This record gives sequence, structure tokens and C-alpha cells, in this order.
Amino acid sequence: MNKQNDMLSPELSPEALRKIDREVAKYPADQKQSAVMAALVIAQDEKGWLSKETIAAVASYLGMPPIAAYEVATFYNMYDLQPVGKYKLTVCTNLPCALSGGVHAADYVKEKLGIDFNETTPDGKFTLKEGECMGACGDAPVMLVNNKRMCSFMLPEAIDKLLAECN
Amino acid sequence: MALIDTISPLLTTGWSKGDAGWSLKDYEARGGYAQLKRILSSKMTQDELIAEVKKSSLRGRGGAGFPTGLKWSFMPKAAPEKYVVCNTDEGEPGTFKDRDLLRYDPHSTIEGMIIAGYAVGAKRGYNYIHGEIFDIYQRFEEALDQARAAGYLGERILGSDFSFDLFAHHGWGAYICGEETGLLESIEGKKGQPRYKPPFPANFGLYGKPTTINNTETFAAIPFILGMGGEAYLNLGKPNNGGTKLFSVSGHVNRPGNYEVPMGTPFAKLLEMAGGMRGGRKLKAVIPGGSSAPVLPADVMMECTMDYDSIAKAGSMLGSGAVIVMDETVCMVKALERLSYFYFEESCGQCTPCREGSGWLYRVVHRIEHGQGRPEDLDLLNRVTDNMMGKTICALADAAAFPVRSFIKHFKSEFEYHIEHKKCLVDPEVQRAGSGFFRASSVARVA
Amino acid sequence: MLEIEIDGKTLQVADGSTIIEAAHQMGTYIPHFCYHKKLSIAANCRMCLVQVEKAPKPMPACATPVTNGMKVFTHSELAVKAQKGVMEFLLINHPLDCPICDQGGECQLQDLAVGYGESASQYQEEKRVVPDKDLGPLVSTDMTRCINCTRCIRFTAEIAGFMELGQSFRGEHAEVMPFIGKTVDTELSGNIIDLCPVGALTSKPFRFSARTWELSRRKSVSPHDGLGSNLIMQTKHDRVMRVLPLENEDINECWLTDKERFSYQGLNSQGDNGRLTKPMVKQGGEWKEVDWNVALDYASHALRDVAKTHGGAAIGGLLSPHATLEEMYLAQKLLRGLGSENIDFRLRQSDFSADGHRRGTPWLGIKIADIGRLDRVLVVGSFLRKDHPLIAQRLRQSAKGGAQISVLHSADDDLLIKLAARAIAAPSQLPAVLAQIVKAVCQLKGAAVDAALAGITVSTEAQAIAQSLVSGSNSGILLGNFAQQHPQAATLQALGHRLASVLGGSFGFLGEAANSVGGYVAKAVPGAGGLNAAAMLKEPRQAYVVVGAEPELDCADGAQALASLTKAAAVVVLSPFKSQAMLDYAAVLLPVSPFSETSGTFVNTEGRVQSFYAAAKPLGETRPAWKVLRVLGNLLDVAGFEFNSSEDVRAEALGGQSDFVSGLDNGVDAFTLNLSATVNGFERVADVPIHFADSLVRRAPALQQARDSATPTARMNAATLKKLGVATGDRVRVGAGGTATVTLSTQLDAGLPDGTVRVAAAHADTVALGPMSSVLNVEKA
Ligand SMILES: Cc1cc2nc3c(=O)[nH]c(=O)nc-3n(C[C@H](O)[C@H](O)[C@H](O)COP(=O)(O)O)c2cc1C
Ligand code: SF4
Ligand code: FES
Repeated sequence: MNKQNDMLSPELSPEALRKIDREVAKYPADQKQSAVMAALVIAQDEKGWLSKETIAAVASYLGMPPIAAYEVATFYNMYDLQPVGKYKLTVCTNLPCALSGGVHAADYVKEKLGIDFNETTPDGKFTLKEGECMGACGDAPVMLVNNKRMCSFMLPEAIDKLLAECN
Repeated sequence: MALIDTISPLLTTGWSKGDAGWSLKDYEARGGYAQLKRILSSKMTQDELIAEVKKSSLRGRGGAGFPTGLKWSFMPKAAPEKYVVCNTDEGEPGTFKDRDLLRYDPHSTIEGMIIAGYAVGAKRGYNYIHGEIFDIYQRFEEALDQARAAGYLGERILGSDFSFDLFAHHGWGAYICGEETGLLESIEGKKGQPRYKPPFPANFGLYGKPTTINNTETFAAIPFILGMGGEAYLNLGKPNNGGTKLFSVSGHVNRPGNYEVPMGTPFAKLLEMAGGMRGGRKLKAVIPGGSSAPVLPADVMMECTMDYDSIAKAGSMLGSGAVIVMDETVCMVKALERLSYFYFEESCGQCTPCREGSGWLYRVVHRIEHGQGRPEDLDLLNRVTDNMMGKTICALADAAAFPVRSFIKHFKSEFEYHIEHKKCLVDPEVQRAGSGFFRASSVARVA
Repeated sequence: MLEIEIDGKTLQVADGSTIIEAAHQMGTYIPHFCYHKKLSIAANCRMCLVQVEKAPKPMPACATPVTNGMKVFTHSELAVKAQKGVMEFLLINHPLDCPICDQGGECQLQDLAVGYGESASQYQEEKRVVPDKDLGPLVSTDMTRCINCTRCIRFTAEIAGFMELGQSFRGEHAEVMPFIGKTVDTELSGNIIDLCPVGALTSKPFRFSARTWELSRRKSVSPHDGLGSNLIMQTKHDRVMRVLPLENEDINECWLTDKERFSYQGLNSQGDNGRLTKPMVKQGGEWKEVDWNVALDYASHALRDVAKTHGGAAIGGLLSPHATLEEMYLAQKLLRGLGSENIDFRLRQSDFSADGHRRGTPWLGIKIADIGRLDRVLVVGSFLRKDHPLIAQRLRQSAKGGAQISVLHSADDDLLIKLAARAIAAPSQLPAVLAQIVKAVCQLKGAAVDAALAGITVSTEAQAIAQSLVSGSNSGILLGNFAQQHPQAATLQALGHRLASVLGGSFGFLGEAANSVGGYVAKAVPGAGGLNAAAMLKEPRQAYVVVGAEPELDCADGAQALASLTKAAAVVVLSPFKSQAMLDYAAVLLPVSPFSETSGTFVNTEGRVQSFYAAAKPLGETRPAWKVLRVLGNLLDVAGFEFNSSEDVRAEALGGQSDFVSGLDNGVDAFTLNLSATVNGFERVADVPIHFADSLVRRAPALQQARDSATPTARMNAATLKKLGVATGDRVRVGAGGTATVTLSTQLDAGLPDGTVRVAAAHADTVALGPMSSVLNVEKA
């Protein structure tokens, strides 16, 4: 156990801890750290983003050094280390998507929302991110909403529809 | 749902009902889990099983094309704790077959993994699923629950002596976790930084224990191979390139999607299945095996058949079977710039040549694309790739280098044009039109 | 063994060797950055690429295992091209700011760039800039220079035992950093400065103070704990500017503790509590700086007068266990010459009942290097990680290799070692629990249980420790400082000795100070009828000779020491430092050299004799203590004081013993165990914080800012806090029977037994509390 960690404040809800426990159970008993990726996702879902306190709380829950959890949180793209809007839109602009309009789809969203990549609309509703290949190039252009919802064939009408649905 | 077609359905047999045919019942109705039952009831030996897989000449579908049976045979027999790991971290640009495999037919992968566990003596497995396809991860977990409830997973499977359990682990946005040892690190709850090999996973894998790691499509093929026999599977394809393969066709075709064809099918046939060139335009180039594979010009590609050996002979790699089709509306400098950016962003950062070189490559290509290229830049790019290739822990550095070298090699004049004229050879409006993204001229702001 | 060929030369190497190890074995240098023999292999810098016959690509020498018949070319065209390519990559984002870099002149990157770099780079893009990090008072950062070799990270995780640094973000954005807002707090942190092959991590206290080529170098030996780490003292104009480890695989390996590395700052301390640089005498209550002959005259007269009027036994000699062998030897000789047998260096010891029963000089019981071979270890009464950081480090590595380490102690501090078993008990219970372990081991081994242990019941914790101990084949029992300071230390010794003999293992003491063994060798212990350190303070003397110690901080009962010294007619102090307390109680202050300004000898905890020379000239009017003692001996007409050099003194003190001293034996004979344990009240658990343990380290400013130098608190577990009705952070008044109390903040420490209160000793804030071992009364302030 890590006794050096003295920032145990930002409690995760019992619900979140229960979910984390379920992830922990997938791994051998002495390999709790294996659940850190899932635990950070669960924490991010609950808190909206990962503050250093949240990361430290996850690390402490899993009995790992906080910097090891921070390494993980900064290594994988989809962890948000800053607050994001209610809807985080990630548009794939990698080559296969770009060949079918990925870049233009991103431009279109930028224009509609009046923001660039890595910006959030002033009302806090949308954050736009540039994504790398999502493994869905056949459905290009593709866009991910809040990390977990994949939207395919994001041509202008589909984008209009999606943005209209978000409220 | 992307369009699908096939001329020899094996892996895709269950896909026809789309999202409605994935569950355990459907799979069993298609003859699913019969091979597992047969193996367990007949008490087939591990050696017999591995021999059958060897006979099929199945080669790993994750990119490297390593013979699967041989890989399994590397697992030490005596080790008390072993693992089977499935690589569904499909992040290689252009590849989207494993997603559909798990979406429409997750149980074939599950059955394949259980059989692999039996073959190598593992009691536990993990499937590492690309973070961006979270819905697929959830479906896979559901499928696992179904399999567990039906007794296909867990202690003493179907009353036999064999116990095996399987779990899903998801990624969260790091291409490098597709590299098998980066993936293992990631399951261990660390950054996905690849490990130096040797030792290979078969000796030192997950948690330091012997581990067999294969691609999703590789595992999914196993029940079919055992169903039809290794020899019959091999005969579907061509020697040394057994069976069928899924090809993810993307880019400038009319029907992007996954196509299952026998190994050795002519590229022209595959292109035809994918609906031919979008808008009837002219084929310019193809990346035949995912973004890491060298690009091939149209004429070379049109002569190829879709198998490891033919594509290798043409100077590229079959890789993951991701066929990125580019027509004449593509600016090759811009295309390379995007790929170089990808490798720059995705380098894990541990090896000096990759960490520093991938950024250097991107910046120079970026400069050229933005009209600040210098005549000596092309030699510089080649020299930098020279210093990267074969000098790193994993193959990402090579993957970053191949596109640069091949794009320059085959489309040098286009780069030279860019450097000299400080603009694309292909007019930006033509490029836009090629993408098929049309929109109203005025955009209404929503925020 | 395997046979391989490197650059045409054939050699035999052990199975499992890597190419780089093989090359080093034959003296061939292969350039590298991330590789370090004490750390795990990362193979990330790629500088060590070499050509291997039949391999299609260059191979990293650090990670490639040798195979029989392998042919390696370290300087072939392919190898050199690969190495040059890597060097170019390393330099493209490097600031190339050698002229303003503290690493300049001792930088691996700089050195290798000369051999492998091209003069002009074709890289013309913008360079990366990485924000600096605050790692605390000891290590300074220039992260833009970092080449991401990850040595520092691996050090914290693998050697120091807790991953305090990591590499966050990825690719070119990768940054080495601690967790946000955290510093590097390990007691071994300074080693990352040595490990960093570039100037990204440098010494904060040393920063910009000298260039490497301006420094003179001298070998020396650490004056702190009993390990006797080997040092390289670097000086400029006779001032110690920096201390680095001198590699010695048998002792400190290539490491130093922060205490050893940064305490040199205390050598340069100034002011009221700093270096004493002029002899001083107190006349009519006033302090005067005087010439040496006046001061020596004064001191000798004072001692002669007391001896004459009250007899030699009216004089007591308190010698620091950090003093050199020569100093202790001359001091005891002087005192004996004056007719006093009241001589002692065991200042923090409180139980001397083993005196007269000891078979020999207490020591580690084994060679330091053999600690790693123990497969079962029981550490009794030790704040191991802070008291003996490098021994803790060795045990940490053993534990990783499968050794089982167990602990019996009164505090459950995180040792960052995977423990097999532990028993945490109040100080008064330690003998009883150790007795239980002995009994359980006897039973498990089928040996006769000693009559004295027949009636005791074995607890589960003791049983678990016993089971671990008997399951191995090479066990060691180690008694730490806390056990040695314990009021039943002799019982613990007898039990430890018994335990080891039943196990057929080794038994020893973790030497608290640089000369914990040397003091015995120097005969700096009371002779027949003499008083030990505690007794000569308890029964106040007319005069004291104090050598190198600050008794109020260095003795088991600082308050009593202060009282007795203050009452004495004459206190002669030989010290490198002054302090207010000294000015209060002393009659004469003689400025003597710290270890850096004198030649001398320490005998470390394994009995190894290590002599050293002065690294710098004595500061001001300071003189080496051996010379001062010699003159005092002459002035007092003590026979046998004709020494011309410290070597002469050493020769007499050692009497023919050379590399290792003889007479080492931890046995005790004919000794009655004292297992009684009735205590009413809150037992004090007193640790000696790492940066307060001796006069030198107490005066090192950077160390005093470190986490380990926090103000003492009253630590207790939740139950004790509750019993007292106080919350964490509340102020409490703590007393120990006497009238004096100190007011401290409470702090929760889940690792303490019920009913104990942990209050650090050796600290000005807690001197008034009196004995380290005591029953405290605690009440809300
Ligand atoms: C940079 C990099 C990315 C990779 N990405 C993937 C991937 O997304 N999926 C995959 O199956 N294999 C990927 N691989 C290949 C794997 O390392 C490994 O060879 C494969 O999973 C083995 O399975 P197979 O033998 O069934 O092909 C990648 C390799 C590298 C070097
Ligand atoms: S080649 Fe690149 S991605 Fe692969 S391990 Fe090295 S730095 Fe990481
Ligand atoms: S390139 Fe966009 S999802 Fe594959």
C-alpha cells in the first residue's frame, strides 16, 4: 500500500467503486493495477474529466503509485485531463477517413460550432477533438460522441442531425 | 452498417443478419461451439490440435503474417500459468475488420480463443478491444456472459477437465497498444510501451507468464479450420497463404467495407466487389495492408493478387488486409503528411529514433505540404528513415518510415512539384470533390 | 560459460550475459545512456547498437543476450552508422547549452557527441521545450535537456522502492516528472543526479557553484551511519563543494544516501550554530576567543584541577560515535591517564547490562555484501529505511529475488520492502515478542525450549515470523538502532543470539554510527569501576570532556545530559561546531576538524577498517582533534602521547589488526533475561530522524528543508487519538514525569501500536522530554 499518498479526498461514488471492483475482479488478485484503465474511464464518466485529485484517488484505490496512474492517464488519448463540454466530439481525420471527407467533416463542425480543435463552445456544450483512426474507416467520415458512441457516415445532414439532437 | 460481400463465406457466414445474428443462439444454430465440443469429447491432444492448425497454413491476421500453428507450438508445456490474449486493438489506419467480426459474430472469436487455450494449456484469456469501439466491447462482454452461462467458459467446461475463462479489456486511445507487447503492458495497467524482445510473449508474456497472442481474425478462423479440416482450409487459398481473408477496403471506392475472399484473389476482383472506383475516376495508388505498408502505384497494384507473397513481391505488405484506395484526386504529399502526423502522434516515445525521428519526418513533410520545402528535403527524409528503420524496440518506427520512403519513391515528381511550386499538384477543389463531402454553401452556426 | 567474439577477440562469458556485459568484461566500451548495471534493462536510448553476425539489423548491446559462437562488431561501419544516427536524433531536440550546464565536463551526452556527433545538424525545425519540475530541495531540473533514458524513473521504482517519477505523455511529448505537486522524497534521491547521463537532473545545493574541472578530488568515508559509504570529496579552495559516491560493491555499491551526499553543507555552516573556528574560553561568564595555547592551557588546568581535588573519577568522557578511531583512542587514553574510567561513546544506549557478559565487540555479524545472500531475515527494532537506507536497499533487492524479510518493531513504517511477516508491538513488549519467536522457532526446529521461555504463549504474528525463518536455509537476525537503544537491549541481544543459533543463521547489529564498532576497538568504553554514558550523566561529574558530540541531542536522555553538563565545574568541548547549549555549559571550546579536514579511520559495522585523508585544510584555526588531544596529553603529562601522525595513533589503536578488526562477537554469556513489561501510560516510541542523527547533518541547510526533516509531532494511531480525545493536528502537551513539557501537534500514524506515542528524539523541540524510552503523559493543549 502506498502510504505516501496524502490526497485521498475526491471520493468516487459507491456506484463507481462497485464498477471498479467489477473490473478488478477480471484480473489475478495481485494485479489490481490492471484495472486502472477501466477505473479511470469510470472516474472520468462520473466526474466529467480527470483532475489530479481524481487520478490520485483511483491510484490509491488500486494501490499503485499516483505517478503510475498519471502516466496511464496521459498516455491514452481519450482521457480528459481538462474539463470538456457536455458533448465531446472527436472527428477522425486520418487518411482513410480523409479520403471520404473526414477533414471536411471536421471543418464543417468547426464552422457550425465556431470552435477549433481542442476548444469548447462558450456555453460549455461542445468540445471538438481531432481523432486518430477509430477502426471504422468503412463508415467514413466517422465521429465519436463522448468517447463511447460511434457515429458513421457523418456527411452534412448527419452532422446537422447529430448537433440538433445534442442538448 | 458498412457493405459486406464475400465469395467464400467462412468468417462472414454469420454476418448476413447484421446486428440481429450475433448472439449465442444464432451462433449455435450456425454450428457454433461444435468444434469445442468435439475437441473436448474426443479428448483431442494439444499436439493434434496444433498440427491441424499448422496444416491449414493459417498466418496471423494482425499484420506480421506469422504462422499461427508454429506460434502456438512455442508455448512451454510445463508452465503452470499461461495466457491467451486476443488483439482487437484495431488501430492501423484503414483496418476495420475486427470490429465487424466482434459485432456480428463475437462467438467465433470466443470459441477460437477457448480452443487456443486448450491447445496451449492456458486457463485464462483476455481480449483487448480498441477503446474507440466501446459499443463492441460491451457487446463482447455480453457474449462472454452468454458463453459463461452456457458452460463454454469457466471451470470444467462442458463437464471436461478443461477450465478456461475469458475477459475483455478495453484500450483508450493508443495505437501502439496494437503492438503485442505494448498491449500486454496495457493489460497490466501501464502505458502501452512495447517490450524489447527476446524474451518473446511465449516465454515472458502477460504478468511475465507464457502467453499466446493473436489477432481477432486469426482466432475467429480457428473453429472454421477445425470444422473443415486444416487441409481444406489451406486449399481455399494458395500454398503458404491458407484460407480466406477479410479485406477492409476504404477510400475512393463506391462501396467501402469488409470483403472476405480467398487468399490469392486478384486485386482487380476485390476492387470490383467494392463497387469499383468512386465516380468512375482513375486509380492512382493503393496502400494494400494498412497505413504502415508501403504504397503501391495503380499499375503495380492491378497486377497483384491478395495474399502475403504476391504483395510482398510487389514491394509492400499484406499487413492487416486494409486496402486504402486512392484516386487521382489525391495529393500524395498531403496524404503522406497525414500519415506522418499519425505516427508522430502515436509513437510511444521510448526509443530515441522513433520519438525524435517521427517528429522530424512529420515536420519536414508538413513543411513541404505548406510550401516551405527545400530541394534537399527528399534526401533528408530518406536519410532520417534510414536511421529509424530496424533500430527500435518495435516496428512502429519502420511503420513511420515505410510510407515516407514509398510515397517519395513512387510519387517523387509530385513532391518535387510541391517543393518547386509551393502548392499541390492536385487542385484543392478537386481534392475536396474527390472526398465526396458536399455541403450547403452557407453554414448555420449552432453554438 | 559461452564463448563469443567481440571485435575479433574471443572471450568466455557467463550464461545469460548481455553483449554489453561481455564487452565491459573485456574492457571494450560500448556507448550507452539508458543502460545501467543496477537497473532493469530498458533498451530505449538505442545508443548501444552493435553489429551481430547474421543479424539483419543492428542489435542493442544492453538487451541482447549472448549466444555461443556469437560474433559482435562494436565499431563496424554498420554499428558506427547506427550509433551516429542515434546521436543525431538525441541532439536534434537537445538545447546544446553546455556552457551554462552544470553537467558540462562530466556529461555522457557531451562526451559521446564528440565521438559520434556530426558538427552541423540538418535539423532546422523548432526544438522542443519541456517545463522544469520541482523535485524538492536537493535535485534541480532542466527538463529540456532530458533524453528520456528513464534511468531516474527506474531508480525510484526499483532501488528506492517507490515509483516517485514517471514518464508522462507519449512520443515527443513524453516528459519525466513526479506526480503533479509531488517532489522526490526518498532518502536516496540524490542518486538520480549521478544516474542522469545529461544535465537534466543536477544537484541543487551545488548548482552553478563550480565547474567540474576546477574541483580537487579526495577519497573519503562517510561519517554518518555504520555502513561507511565510500565518498569522493570534491573541493575548491579548500571548501567541500560536492560529495559523490566512490563505488564499492562491498559497501555502498554505487549509491549514497542523501544524508551522505548533502551533509557537506554543514561543513560550511556559519553563524551561532555553525562552524567553530576559534578556540574560546569562558571567563567570568563571558566567552572570549583566545589563542590555541591559551585555550589548551586553560583546558588542561581545568582537568588537572578536578582530577587533583576530586580524583580522576570525577571526570567523564563523552565521545561521539561519529568521531574517528584515532580521536576516540586518544581521548580514552587521556582520560585514563587522568585516572578516569568513565569513558563511553554509546551515547544513545540506555541498557548496559550486557557489559561484562559480552563475548566481544557487537557488529553486523556478517559481511555487508553477504546480506544479499540471506534468504530469511528478521529485522528487530529498526527504523530501517531511515536509519540504514542502503542496507534497506539491499534487503529490498533480496525480497524481490525471493528472500523473506520479516520485521519486529514498534512502528510499522513503510519500508518499501515486501515483507513476509511482521509483528508490531509497544516498546515494552518487544523482548516478550522476540522471546515468543525464539520459542516458536525452537518448537518448529524440534530444539529444546529454554526454561525462561517455557511459560510464554506464542502469538500468531510471532508464529508467522518463526515459520518464515525456519523455512529458509540462510537466515539472519539484525538488531537495529531502536533495539540497541531499548531499555532491555541486552535481553534483545541475548534472544537474538539464541534465535540465530537455533536457526543456524547469523546475528548482528546494524551499526548506528560510523564508529559503532570502532569505539570498542578504541577502548572508548568504561573500564573496571567506570561509568557508562548513561551513568556518568545520571551521577553528575565535576568535569566532562566532550569529543564531537552534542550530548543534549546525542544522548539517550538529552535533558539529563544538559542538566549534568550545566552543573559541572568544567566542561571541555572538542567540536567542529558551536551551539547555544555548548556556550551555556562549556568552559572551553576547542575547534576541531570535522572528518573532511583530518585524516582518520572509521571501523564500519562489518568491522572493516577504512582510513581516509583530509579532503581540505582545516577551516580557520580549526585543528585535527587527534593533534589537539595529543597536545592535551602532553600538557597533562600523560605517558605514551608521542605521536607524530594520525597513522601512529591508528597503529597503536589497532595493534596489528589491519583490513578487518578482530574480536567481533555478538554473544552474551551468563546473562539473565529481563522479559518484564509492565507499563502504565503512553509509551514513547522515539526515532532519531535521519537528518538529525548527528551534528553535521543537523547543520546541512538543504537537507533540513527535505521532507524527512519535518518538525517533530506526536504520532499515534486512531485508537490512541480517540482515547486522548484529540484529533489529528490538535496541539497536545507532552511530558515524561518531570515538570518540563513540550507542545506538539498530533499526527495520525496507523502503524503504531495502541497506547504508544511516537515523538522523535535528537531534536531541539523534544530535548525537554528526557529519555528516549519513557512513559509519557499527554493532554490536549
Ligand atoms: C505498431 C504496431 C501496431 C500493431 N497493431 C496491431 C493491431 O492493431 N492489431 C493486431 O492484431 N496486430 C497489430 N500488430 C501486430 C501485433 O504486434 C502482433 O503481431 C499480432 O497481434 C499477432 O497476431 P497474429 O499472429 O494473429 O497476427 C501491430 C504491430 C505493430 C508493430
Ligand atoms: S519504436 Fe516507437 S512506438 Fe515502438 S517502442 Fe520504440 S518508441 Fe515506442
Ligand atoms: S481512418 Fe478514420 S476510422 Fe479509420
